[in-house]
Amino acid sequence: MSAQARKSPYPYWFVLPAGLIFVIFFLVPTVTSFYFSLTYWDPFEARFAGWDNYVQFFSEPYLIQGTVNTLIFAFLTSGLKTALGLLLAVLLTSGMLGQSLLRSIIFFPVLVSTIGVGILFKEMMHPTDGFLNIVLDSIGLSKVGFLTNPSLALFSVALVDVWRGVGLATLIYIAGLATIGQEYYEAARIDGATRWQQFWRVTVPLVRPATTTVIILSLIGGLRLFDLIWAMTGGGPGFSSDVLASVIYKQYQAGFWGLSTAGNVILFLMIAFIVAPLAYWLNRRAIDA
Amino acid sequence: MTRRQTITGLISMVVAFVLFVVPFLFVLINASKTAQDASQLDFSWPERWVFWENLVTTVQTRDYALLLAYWNSIVITVGAITLLVIFGAMVGYIVQRRPNRVTRIVYIITLSGLMIPPAVVPTIWLLQEINLFKTLHGMIFIQVAYGLGFTVLLYRNFIGTIPRELDEAAIIDGAKPWQVFFRVVLPLLKPVTVTIIVVQSITIFNDFTHPLYYLPGRDNITVQLTLYNFQSQFVSQMNLLFMNIMLITIPPLLVFIFFNRQIVAGMTSGAVKG
Repeated sequence: MSAQARKSPYPYWFVLPAGLIFVIFFLVPTVTSFYFSLTYWDPFEARFAGWDNYVQFFSEPYLIQGTVNTLIFAFLTSGLKTALGLLLAVLLTSGMLGQSLLRSIIFFPVLVSTIGVGILFKEMMHPTDGFLNIVLDSIGLSKVGFLTNPSLALFSVALVDVWRGVGLATLIYIAGLATIGQEYYEAARIDGATRWQQFWRVTVPLVRPATTTVIILSLIGGLRLFDLIWAMTGGGPGFSSDVLASVIYKQYQAGFWGLSTAGNVILFLMIAFIVAPLAYWLNRRAIDA
Repeated sequence: MTRRQTITGLISMVVAFVLFVVPFLFVLINASKTAQDASQLDFSWPERWVFWENLVTTVQTRDYALLLAYWNSIVITVGAITLLVIFGAMVGYIVQRRPNRVTRIVYIITLSGLMIPPAVVPTIWLLQEINLFKTLHGMIFIQVAYGLGFTVLLYRNFIGTIPRELDEAAIIDGAKPWQVFFRVVLPLLKPVTVTIIVVQSITIFNDFTHPLYYLPGRDNITVQLTLYNFQSQFVSQMNLLFMNIMLITIPPLLVFIFFNRQIVAGMTSGAVKG
């Protein structure tokens, strides 16, 4: 084995430089986070605390809210991006006027700084002077506290996240639609299928690999999202739009490193236990179909 | 093109213009106004165009912090991309060319980086222990570690399309493993390398969260943090805030114009095969 390994033209040491960086800067912190989440940890010392941080996470109302908000935000934005992305992709491959220009326009926000987008929309959603409220006022509707009303703030940020991310979903769907042969649509038309039926019976099942990608990517992104929320609301008003990622940052800033790390582990477990089974299930259905 | 396709196209363009172009025009117009004029936050034409004055004032804010931020962001981006391309390609090469249990585990662990959220506070602790906290090179290593999953995924898939016979010919001619890789294989990876450079440089340049955690301090400011740090200072000078948004949006806009095709290729990789 060792003589063979030495002779191989594809030596293992090729993975060492990247492997070293990855292990030191990613794996070591990830693995040690499980230990640190069980400690009272501040910038000076770490004392073993058992499950205290986790108990606190699931007993303090504002921490529970952060966890629940994370799930609401991730599923809402993922669902909207998937549905709108598919519709836009169908529209933008229908051969209509200016479709390549439209693809570029919809995609551009994906590349723009999230902080820039966040601050721009924060100003546009200003409760009295914001451009959106000026528009609402001018068409005779009452002004909306998009980011100042505690029951709306999370959803306003979610809308902006969809605005920003729908271009990527559309792009992935366009790539997926390109792999569906025209003969399926011809066969369906010969059988007398309406456009509606063609969409549900041909497009939706055959574009499933793209659907899987869009759902998984946007779900992971939604669960981990920090910058947009931080730029737009900072988790407020109160704790109404806090998510796990913003809780992690706030607890870190406050010097509660152990609690912050427990939040990190909860986020990790959430992704592992939601995304991995979902990915497995979606991929299996793709094979069945 | 049918009449119907023309009409849908026209309607869609109007809607897309309102939803996706108007916000950027809003930035541009307000970046050209005087402070008093911009405080209205409306869509009116500037009373007086002071675009250039605003640009100069924004750049000069806090002792030219924006220029320092551009420098820091460029150093981090260029440094991280260089390491990512060379080291990532080496991993993708071995993982693709030598399929066995070891390389499969290496590959799965690398890809797990795409899903797992980084454990931020333990990372800060670790960076402090090895004296890399608040340093640009520490930040570069972090960006390499976080970008490796995407890079290796793309390289592995692309190397699969390069015939093994090319390596074998070089080996028969007596080339060493590193010569085979650097002289024969790496030059052939140019298309996917361009994609990786474009997509990763936008990701790293636009990154706000990780510099916020790992690179605090006045001298370490990065482009995304200028906007965040200036917010309090610009509260009565919305024109400068919008100018700042515009100035940090320009690099991705330029990349988008010149590398549209590579971005699309990179962003949709893996979408079709699922």
